[in-house]
Amino acid sequence: MSQTEVLYASTYEAILARQSFIELGARERARALLDVGSFRELLGPFDHLESPWLPLQGIVCQADDGAVIAKGRLDGEPAVVLAIESAFQGGSIGEVSGAKIAATLELVLRECEAGRTVRPVILFETGGVRLQEANLGLAAIAEIQAAIVALRRHVPVVGVIAGMVGCFGGMSLAAALCSYLIITKQGRLGMNGPEVIEQEAGVEELNASDRRLIWSLIGGEQRAATGLVDGLVEDDVAQIAAAVRAAFAQGRPTQARSERVAHYLDLLARVDPAAIDGAAMRQLWNQESL
Amino acid sequence: MEQLNFAYPASRPAGQRAHVGVVGSGDLEILLSPLTGKQAEVVIRTSVDGYGQVWKSVLDRFFTRYDGAALIEINDFGATPGVVALRLAEAVEVSEDESN
Repeated sequence: MSQTEVLYASTYEAILARQSFIELGARERARALLDVGSFRELLGPFDHLESPWLPLQGIVCQADDGAVIAKGRLDGEPAVVLAIESAFQGGSIGEVSGAKIAATLELVLRECEAGRTVRPVILFETGGVRLQEANLGLAAIAEIQAAIVALRRHVPVVGVIAGMVGCFGGMSLAAALCSYLIITKQGRLGMNGPEVIEQEAGVEELNASDRRLIWSLIGGEQRAATGLVDGLVEDDVAQIAAAVRAAFAQGRPTQARSERVAHYLDLLARVDPAAIDGAAMRQLWNQESL
Repeated sequence: MEQLNFAYPASRPAGQRAHVGVVGSGDLEILLSPLTGKQAEVVIRTSVDGYGQVWKSVLDRFFTRYDGAALIEINDFGATPGVVALRLAEAVEVSEDESN
């Protein structure tokens, strides 16, 4: 075999050996991350904790409101995985799904304060607030953000953005507050989604159908290259599960990214909005802070 | 959105409860829980109005083979009859699987 053929064969086998994380639903993702056999769901579909607002607007509910709360273990330590189901209403955060996530984080905080550490993992797959629930969803996102900030003083809060929806809106701010963020090449992290920018500012500003452009700005590789996430992994259950465990093994970072306010303000001040692109941002963000 | 209710005779208790599917585009979620008595009840919430007769045809066929006494709740987001039939079969498979 030629060298190219050997390379091709090994890549092919490596790809076949992978188990896609992206293709899993929220419940299966949570189960796949936790130690084998430790998954237990709280407030599952049979508890019928649904959105009271969607039926009033003629929209069919999902029995778990798109948020899966899983209790279990990671490397033998108590853990919770909060997984958002992207197929239901774009993974949007409503009053109920948001409250499920916020309340779990608050309970984990209470455990940590009592000296019983629980490892929190959030699987972000969300367009942000559920527009049909407006301020109630936003209020829940604020509670999630406050809980992450309070919790990260005790234990690393680990976020995963696997794709393909990505993580946007208020939940992108929640993700940015996490101690560690893990992303795949397919994942995206940004405040406003490309479609929203195109709709509001025009196609001259941003062509949302230009996938290469979009991923060069907010895709996983770019976010990793600019230090806005901590780990870039393949779309593979084993790799993501290992990255989550490694993040907890590392312990709390000395300084959270969101505490480096002066550093990021300094970088932002040096951005020329007319000329910034993916490559320019990499260059700027990787300079030593002045 | 439309809500539909159906009832069918049952001859045995259903297996354990089962949850399959997702309320995503072209898909549906099914919650199957055992009932006491000799009847199966189906409660459907669907995003597509006016297909009561099609739902009845799919369920009539399903209940020629399924005889468990169960409450079957369906949250539908525009699934085709084929997808509905597959999800129903999947729900029964999970419900009857004794290794779970």
